[in-house]
Amino acid sequence: MASVEHTDSQGLSGEGGVRRRDFINIAAVSFAGVGAVAVVIPLVDQMNPSADVLASASTEVDLSAIQPGQAIKTTFRSQPLFVRHLTEKEIAEADKVDAGGLRDPQTLEERTVDGKKQWLITMGVCTHLGCVPLGAGEGENRGEFGGYFCPCHGSHYDTAARIRKGPAPKNLEVPKFSFTSDTAILVG
Amino acid sequence: MGFPWAEQYTPKHPAMRWIDEKLPLPRLVYNSIGAGYPVPRNLNYFWNFGVLAGLALVIQIVTGVIMAMHYGANSLVAFQTVEHTMRDVNAGWLMRYAHANGASFFFIVVYLHIFRGLFYGSYKAPREMVWLLGLVIFLLMMATAFMGYVLPWGQMSYWGAKVITGLFGAIPVVGEPIQTWLLGGFAPGNASLNRFFSLHFLLPFVIAAVVILHIWALHIPGSSNPTGVEVKGPQDTVPFHPYYTAKDGFGAGVFLIAFAILLFFAPNFLGHPDNYIEANPLSTPAHIVPEWYFWPFYAILRAFTVDFFFIPAKLLGVLAMFASILLLFFLPWLDTSPVRSGNYRPTFKKFFLILLIDVAILGYCGGAPAEEPYVMISQIASAYYFAHFLIILPLISRFERPLPLPGSITESVLNRYNIKGEQDALPGMGSDPQPSNAG
Repeated sequence: MASVEHTDSQGLSGEGGVRRRDFINIAAVSFAGVGAVAVVIPLVDQMNPSADVLASASTEVDLSAIQPGQAIKTTFRSQPLFVRHLTEKEIAEADKVDAGGLRDPQTLEERTVDGKKQWLITMGVCTHLGCVPLGAGEGENRGEFGGYFCPCHGSHYDTAARIRKGPAPKNLEVPKFSFTSDTAILVG
Repeated sequence: MGFPWAEQYTPKHPAMRWIDEKLPLPRLVYNSIGAGYPVPRNLNYFWNFGVLAGLALVIQIVTGVIMAMHYGANSLVAFQTVEHTMRDVNAGWLMRYAHANGASFFFIVVYLHIFRGLFYGSYKAPREMVWLLGLVIFLLMMATAFMGYVLPWGQMSYWGAKVITGLFGAIPVVGEPIQTWLLGGFAPGNASLNRFFSLHFLLPFVIAAVVILHIWALHIPGSSNPTGVEVKGPQDTVPFHPYYTAKDGFGAGVFLIAFAILLFFAPNFLGHPDNYIEANPLSTPAHIVPEWYFWPFYAILRAFTVDFFFIPAKLLGVLAMFASILLLFFLPWLDTSPVRSGNYRPTFKKFFLILLIDVAILGYCGGAPAEEPYVMISQIASAYYFAHFLIILPLISRFERPLPLPGSITESVLNRYNIKGEQDALPGMGSDPQPSNAG
């Protein structure tokens, strides 16, 4: 674009042989380029989540009716949320494992609230490709490690919802939550 | 484009002459799909599938535009409007079944078209651009088919959308923002459905445009043929019309009969019953499978179950799946044999057959649940798929001793019918054993 013409008889040459025309060319095309990028930004950004999708309320869950060994499925930001009341045996099984040797090393303590180790709150979204794992419902397949089992591509999660076998790279995500009372939590 | 002996367009009717002077559209059609396009005289029925793919595209566009007249692209009503089309709209059931099965038939003919190209070396010089544009069409078809499958907003629609957009989530760092951007939310929802509808309507016309480029690129060197030997003179070709319009017409009839059998007697044979349940974000179907035409690629995706070299298994699977198609873009340069047709390549022919079986096995495993022994079989078959293109094919090209090629297309045709005497009488044949000028 900025070709330098040495035989410039028009007197357009400036410093270092750069013609005014070259400058105008580059300036005009650059300016148009900046304008084009500025137009593309809203065209791309409109596909991001809209305000009403982002304004997702937090979810409150009542734990009083969930017996040890039971779990419930509810929703948080339109995705499934698992709330599970672990039994003593399940807690012992999760603690028995050497967390350092896991694919996504985490202990049950790190995944639960202090002193409320029996309440395992996780997203019900397999970290592989986003299916809902089985195991929260009555009589569903809990996989080889007694936690959750994703039927789509065979990921097995243990009783702390940590990935133990199969293609998923991460443990089931623990969302931000807090206890509002002994028997209620606020997620989000 | 074309050969010097191609028939010239001479308008017979004054009206046609008037149009042709102002806009040479009649001339373009005549030279593209009329008597003005000389085609090798020895094409077999495998050469029908290009035209059949075009016919399938037309069926999809016509039935699709009609379905859009009765469809509501909103997650609250989408499922109901599709059922309304099925039950209440006059002939709506016919349009929807034709559209759904039409997609399957489109893929059937395109897969046959692709394997035709693979066997007869149609991707080799000077037709590389034809092959590359064909792959672009294939990728566009896959995107269109995927988005179309989401529109009825059934269980498979929803979970298919979730799994496939989840593929992008496997990309490190930018993956999750990309996935959210594609969906317009954290999970498939109304925003996703709307944009998929918009793009599903747009892409078929983009496909039609690339089809025009595909045909344009084809018509510069002209069609290949089962011998792989280039056209050497007028005796090697016949005009496209009426010879191949008639042959393609017969093929179209067979195609439409097969299509009608599935459409009227087993319209749900290739579908999945779960898609007649409305999308439910809280319940994953026990067995998520894509449509059959994605099974081989789905098997490759699922073949990776352990991490290698610190790359997570999920990302490896995604990379392998995309690589399995992108690999084909390099095929013209991976197969360096100057002989095009598999008929004259004895070693290639055997491995081509193994590749066919391998892809069929991948397809079977992709439709099966993610359990043993299917995982192990998918792993072996995936490894073989890549080995075929990256190792076996370049080696065959190097060490194979091809069979002698016929001197010309006409010679091969005459030999087939044991007509020996005529050969010498024909100009430019027999005496000079030119090699195939490929490569």
